[in-house]
Amino acid sequence: MGLIVAIFSGFALSVIAPYIHRVTRGATGWVISILPFSLLAYFASFINTIKHGEVVKVAYNWVPGLHINLSFYIDGLGLLFALLISGIGAFVIIYASVYLKGHHFLGRFYIFILMFMASMLGVVLSDNLITFFIFFELTGITSYFLIGYDCDREKSRWAALQALLVTGIGGLALLAGIIMMSLASGSYEFSDLLNNGDVIRNSPLYIPILILVLLGAFTKSAQVPFQFWLPGAMEAPTPISSYLHSATMVKAGVFLIARLSPVLGDTNAWFYTVSFTGATTMVIGGYMAVHQTDLKKILAYSTVCVLGILTMLLGLGTDLAFKAAMVFLFAHALYKASLFLIAGIVDHGAGTRDINKLGGLRHYMPVTAIIAGLATLSACGLPPFFGFVGKELLYKAGSSVSNIPALMTGAAVFANIFMFGAIWLAGVRPFIKKYNLLPQKAHEAPFTMLVGPAILASLGLIFGLFPGLLEEALFAPAASSVAGKHVHVHLSLWHGFNLPLALSVVTVAGGFSVFAFREKIVHVANKLSFISCYGSSLWYKKIYEWLFVVARVQTNTIQSGYQRYYLLTIFTVSTALISYKLLEIGGVHQFVNFGDVKFYEVALGVFMMVAMVTAILSDGRLTAVIALGVVGFCVSLIYVLYSAPDLALTQILVETLTVILIILVVYHLPRFSKLSSLKSRIRDAVLSIAFGGVMTALVLEASNVQLHPTISEYFVKNSLALAHGRNIVNVILVDFRGVDTLGEITVLSVVGIGVYALIKLQPKPDRGENN
Amino acid sequence: MNLIILSIATRYMMPVILFFSVALLMRGHNNPGGGFIGGLLAASAFILYSVSFGVKAARKKLRIDPRSLIGFGLLVAVLSGIISFFCKSSFMTSKWGGINVPLLGEFHFGTPVMFDIGVYFVVIGVTLTIIFSLSELSE
Repeated sequence: MGLIVAIFSGFALSVIAPYIHRVTRGATGWVISILPFSLLAYFASFINTIKHGEVVKVAYNWVPGLHINLSFYIDGLGLLFALLISGIGAFVIIYASVYLKGHHFLGRFYIFILMFMASMLGVVLSDNLITFFIFFELTGITSYFLIGYDCDREKSRWAALQALLVTGIGGLALLAGIIMMSLASGSYEFSDLLNNGDVIRNSPLYIPILILVLLGAFTKSAQVPFQFWLPGAMEAPTPISSYLHSATMVKAGVFLIARLSPVLGDTNAWFYTVSFTGATTMVIGGYMAVHQTDLKKILAYSTVCVLGILTMLLGLGTDLAFKAAMVFLFAHALYKASLFLIAGIVDHGAGTRDINKLGGLRHYMPVTAIIAGLATLSACGLPPFFGFVGKELLYKAGSSVSNIPALMTGAAVFANIFMFGAIWLAGVRPFIKKYNLLPQKAHEAPFTMLVGPAILASLGLIFGLFPGLLEEALFAPAASSVAGKHVHVHLSLWHGFNLPLALSVVTVAGGFSVFAFREKIVHVANKLSFISCYGSSLWYKKIYEWLFVVARVQTNTIQSGYQRYYLLTIFTVSTALISYKLLEIGGVHQFVNFGDVKFYEVALGVFMMVAMVTAILSDGRLTAVIALGVVGFCVSLIYVLYSAPDLALTQILVETLTVILIILVVYHLPRFSKLSSLKSRIRDAVLSIAFGGVMTALVLEASNVQLHPTISEYFVKNSLALAHGRNIVNVILVDFRGVDTLGEITVLSVVGIGVYALIKLQPKPDRGENN
Repeated sequence: MNLIILSIATRYMMPVILFFSVALLMRGHNNPGGGFIGGLLAASAFILYSVSFGVKAARKKLRIDPRSLIGFGLLVAVLSGIISFFCKSSFMTSKWGGINVPLLGEFHFGTPVMFDIGVYFVVIGVTLTIIFSLSELSE
């Protein structure tokens, strides 16, 4: 149970977070961060268990009938992510409390970020597939709110919607994939799937499953061609970018690929799709990063590059590649989160994120400069930082695959060279460049903003100097869960003179030359800019616009806006469908036996018909309304005669209120005049008679057909026994079919509010026409 | 619309109708009645009042905005369904309890009754929201 409480604690705290903020004000970040810190400690306590290859499972029945359970489990992979999510989350919340100080929606921020953190924990720890999907979508929804946090700006709303739509479409594909996966294997739990990989790989559904699941993962992790939403999402405030778009959410897709690697992996289709998509993404991401001038955009594209690297590594599918992926992922989370936070500090302190304007910041913000240096060196993969360990492993994994090692290694070196140049541009140049064009006098950030990036960046150095610290505790279990078998991990800084080291040297040299000749590269690339006309972000825009065009055409065709045409359509269609069905079963079998009709029943019928004819022929609206009222009261009398007092009562009340309603509306209708032509009146008459006739036939026939004879008997028998009520109608309404009633009163409420809105919120009260 | 007979009759009828609507609501589980009918009846009491004294007076008499009644009713209905969670059963499983009051006999109370009370308020709220705003249009 403790695990479930831990995962849901974020949701619980988010509910009261704005109220906490009202009390604690400036200290809210520190207060709220107690939760992620405790979660960090809680998850860290699992390290000892997980280290020995065990998994922790907790399950709580949610909707067992649909195989949806709140089941969670911790293995190496989930634990690695959970530690990153809670640890980085804590620092980001502390940082954001200062970064967003004075923002009028700061209270909301805590709600969203805590909900996001909780959903993210749910993603990485879910055992049940449907639960996983729900959390996966929740991260998308909460990130929609976080990206669109500055909802006053059009651009950030657009970026938020873009991210939501792209990841949402992928999410739908993923849902289909998940359902197929459970159809193929017969289980809704990851832990069962992991042991049933062969069943799924040999199933005829394997290729559709692969496509759908990867679509979900690729959209979430911004793989080509869906990479465009991630740089767009940089509209979010920097701490959010740091948390969502580098450390956690964008890695949910990578997580999914890693999680399902033992299930779907180890086939040619998997190898080529995943590794080639990853390789393309990393090359494009690295290349694009160099072209940016906005600090955050540079970091965003370099994140795309890293996501590509991780995907490629997972696609390669060797134990070494899995090891490399886990180490690289951890190193990246540390340095990229701190680089983003530093970008925020620079933006805050210097007033711009444009690298052409930034310079000489080491004089104004020396502490930030040191932290930025630590993070950049790790990001560039220089010894003795942890990033170096990750990159060495990447090259080793790339060069040792059996298939196409040269291509993969070459692509990795190319991407890393460009990423090196881009990171150097973002992390070092603003601090050491001689001159600057700052819009304001730069100043150092307060301690609260520095503490997060400082700790994250120094961790990169500590783990680099002592790479063995976590190898058995964290990386070995994580790589083992991805590989599906035990993987031994031994990390060290120095591997001797070998190929990876040579490639590292090439990367550093190449990176510096990219940095030095950046202007020229951009210049040449601009000449090739016609290629970007075919970029996926433009396709997104086109599809988005088309959607509106189609919606408009469709609405104009189907929704005429005239009540009479809607009624005409409904009556025609139902007449046609019902008469088709009646003809199919051979017409009406039982006719009324007029022998036992009582005289007062006949009188009532005649009375109704007279009232009906009066209603049709009358010239005044009021007369028509009253005549219709007479029909309604007669119907309630029929209910009384056939001993249905509940219905009779309801009918009387509804009828009274309807008459009142219509009379109120009558005031607003134009004078009663015959506008419709003879032709349309005849058409209406024919249709009404046909509809009435068919309904009569249906009622007569309905008493003959008993589809489920047991259900009404069940209600009669159990009304008093189970539901303590003698009024069966009411017991059905509030107990047996209570959920239906709940739905109905919800609809009723919506209708009430809708009518209110139509009447009250009109700019000018429209006299009649629209009623 | 200042009809003296109507307005005096309304004064005396109002409490009777409202009392009757509550009675219908409470006895609904065993006899004809229930939240829907009771709600309609209660709403018609206020509509009668608005016919004789005007919508403004009727709104004043009701004290609460009918729109809030919609929300309140829905809340009560949903809460009645959630109670069963505390007994580890699924949503809207009915739960019954009884208390023995000396002299008056035993009272049974269950979540379906609470649900019906929710329906009662939703119906009052929706009906009055629609009718009041329509009549305000004509005034």
